[in-house]
Amino acid sequence: MEIQKENSMIKQKHMLADQFIELSQVKESGKKVAYTFVPGNLTELIYAFDMLPVYPEINSLQSGMRQKSKEYIHEAEDMGYSEDVCSYVKCDIGMMLQGNIGPTGQQLPPPDILLLSYTGCFVFMKWFENLKQLYPNAEVAMLHIPYQEGGKIEPHAVKYIKDQLEKDVIPIFEKVSGNKLDYDKLGEKLDLSAKAEDLLIQVFDSAKNTPSPIDAYFGGVYYIGPIFTAFRGSEDCLEYYQELLKEVEYRVANKLGPITPDGYMKEEKYRLVVEGPPNWTHFRGFWKLFYEMGAVFVGSTYTRVGGVYDDDFRHSSTDPLGSMAEYCLGCYTNRNIPQRIDLIESFIKKYKANGFLVNSIKSCNSFSAGQLVMMRDLEERLEIPVGFIETDLVDPRYYSYSNIKNRLDSFFQMLEQRKSFIVDDDMLPDDVLT
Amino acid sequence: MKDKAYASMIQTARDLFEDLSFEYASKWKSKDKSRRVIGFLPIYIPKEILHALGMLPVGIFGAGDRLPVIKGDAYFQSYICHLPRTVVELALNGNFTGFDGFIFPSICDVIRNLSGIFKLQLKDKFVRYLDFPQNFQKNIGGEFYRSELDRLIADLQGLNGKKMEPKKLNDAIKLYNKNRQLLKDLREIKRDRPQNISAVDYYLVLRAGNTMSVEDHNDYLEKLIELVDKIDVMPEDKIKVIATGSFCEQPPLGLIKTIENAGCYIVEDDFQLGHFWFPEDIPENSSDPLESLIDMYLHKSTFSSAVYEGDQPKGELLAEQVRDLKADGVIFCAPSFCDPALLDRPLMEKALTKHHIKHTSFQYHENLGQFHVIKEQAGTFADMIKLWE
Repeated sequence: MEIQKENSMIKQKHMLADQFIELSQVKESGKKVAYTFVPGNLTELIYAFDMLPVYPEINSLQSGMRQKSKEYIHEAEDMGYSEDVCSYVKCDIGMMLQGNIGPTGQQLPPPDILLLSYTGCFVFMKWFENLKQLYPNAEVAMLHIPYQEGGKIEPHAVKYIKDQLEKDVIPIFEKVSGNKLDYDKLGEKLDLSAKAEDLLIQVFDSAKNTPSPIDAYFGGVYYIGPIFTAFRGSEDCLEYYQELLKEVEYRVANKLGPITPDGYMKEEKYRLVVEGPPNWTHFRGFWKLFYEMGAVFVGSTYTRVGGVYDDDFRHSSTDPLGSMAEYCLGCYTNRNIPQRIDLIESFIKKYKANGFLVNSIKSCNSFSAGQLVMMRDLEERLEIPVGFIETDLVDPRYYSYSNIKNRLDSFFQMLEQRKSFIVDDDMLPDDVLT
Repeated sequence: MKDKAYASMIQTARDLFEDLSFEYASKWKSKDKSRRVIGFLPIYIPKEILHALGMLPVGIFGAGDRLPVIKGDAYFQSYICHLPRTVVELALNGNFTGFDGFIFPSICDVIRNLSGIFKLQLKDKFVRYLDFPQNFQKNIGGEFYRSELDRLIADLQGLNGKKMEPKKLNDAIKLYNKNRQLLKDLREIKRDRPQNISAVDYYLVLRAGNTMSVEDHNDYLEKLIELVDKIDVMPEDKIKVIATGSFCEQPPLGLIKTIENAGCYIVEDDFQLGHFWFPEDIPENSSDPLESLIDMYLHKSTFSSAVYEGDQPKGELLAEQVRDLKADGVIFCAPSFCDPALLDRPLMEKALTKHHIKHTSFQYHENLGQFHVIKEQAGTFADMIKLWE
């Protein structure tokens, strides 16, 4: 059966294809390339220097989706990387060792700058220390983002990031690009980002509807694509979200569920919030386990890993460096555990979820350490049924269909039993309420 | 011969190691009602600050194989390292009741998130994740670090009402400088005459330094060094190795003993790296001693998997250490699922290979009970070097 695609999906596909073509032509165009990470990415800054970004973890997840990650991981493990460590890192290094061929079959250019935005994940730092040796000719710009230890953004943390940007990162970009930073150009991009961020939140908040017109996890991966990666701050990105929102509004008006690989989701039986990234090696089969059961994700934390816009933060040209600093500090995995629980609680309430699921990723301690506590805490606070499954990002050895299916079957049974006890306020006669 | 006095001193250190109820800290605290006990996780914290505020820093390095993990496993998935399980187990069992607070240094995602778990589980205690700068320029990372320390000091002062005074901080720096010097003296003996103190005994002495007050540890070291220095035994036919990768979750004593019994004198290790974070003294009479601590951290910190290497690749620094110590090889001995150590390992191995330095590697967890495979591996490594080098 052919997969149904909406205009926004087609647009995103073209945007990605164009991006990889542009990357494959840097020798001709003379454009410089910056490798950086999704959480705490400074895409607007990179484009303000007319440079092109490459995201190693996106390379890895795409390798996972294309079933290439297994051999890349083996390649890295043969080099001495432990089976225990992050599969994104191993996949990226393995891919690089095998010629750095990107998802479109074209070779990715080596970096002119390694922009280590160390945000919410300690492994990023180790990853770049490894890349640094593999790309000895690249300049390295380190941007350390302090953790939100106390559950709020501290002024001295903002200052630290601004100082690093001003005194370290930007001068390195200026040196490599040969251009001074044009703050007006940067500001324009930041304002465009803010507009797209407004639209993204409207898309996420459409999950308040029943049935939810979006799947905020598997579908969410597509919704966040442009804004989390190479397109934030561009007109293309804004147009993508305008198109996406139109499609979502159409589904709301027509009481339609989200588009799945098998077409519109038919019946919405369970509304779930999920914590943790998805598995990429079995992405479609993994999704199917849910939509076939009538389970839709109305909220997810993974779609906040490249930026949290739920609490009114928007990029801004008013204080460009301060705005970029606050963006980095606010990314999901840069928030402490109590903050994460509060955010999930808000999703569960706002989107009227009736179940909470943790997809615990073997490779990712930044997400995984603490998830069991979060799960128990939310169960106690909200008396919501909770489920727990384990997979990995791109290591197919850690995707066990039967284990996941068994656990999900139990979870759905629990949801079914609990459903009969849940009475929506709207269903009660007035005299009962009074 | 190692005499009774030596055995008795080592037994003191062993007792502290075995004591999971932290009685030493309780006794220390009971002597003055303003005293506070602050637990800290690996690797390094500026203990001088705690001392200056009348507080005892106590290292929390897990419980090894001395505590069955019952509750802790319900807090962490199977693919997360072992240390946080025993730490949580200790917390839930009430072993930290006498503690007033905890500091979690920024060394990895697990320790970072463990601080969040403590915030949720021990709501009546002070819990601080201490973010060390990864930018080492004074006007950038240095300013940030000062703000972090100012915030830490302000909150610690709230625990007992004492105020930070430069003189007290300078006094604490002096005491810790002395401690560092004594530890270096002991390390020198261990390097030159490794037969004088076994790797396990040496380890226990260092561990004791993260439980005792610095004053007590200094007295203890002075006496012990005198005894160790006098020991007159013949060295065995063993190679000299550097063990690296064990800076957080601690190797079981059996593992340390196994390496040595398999024919390897450990002349350098990072098991208790925090003691050797600075290779030299911190200035003792500064008008701004906090600035001295900051400058030392920015410019004199040892290399570590938890610190961004910048333009000083750790593999090269390790190779340099091998040459300086005339070690025969390196044993990478890292806990399972330890991202910082295991992601550094390939880079370090590559550097050592480039410098024709022999190395071997294995993984462990703190409650490992079977050492046969490691004995074979370390023994083969030692034999290979003895026979062919």
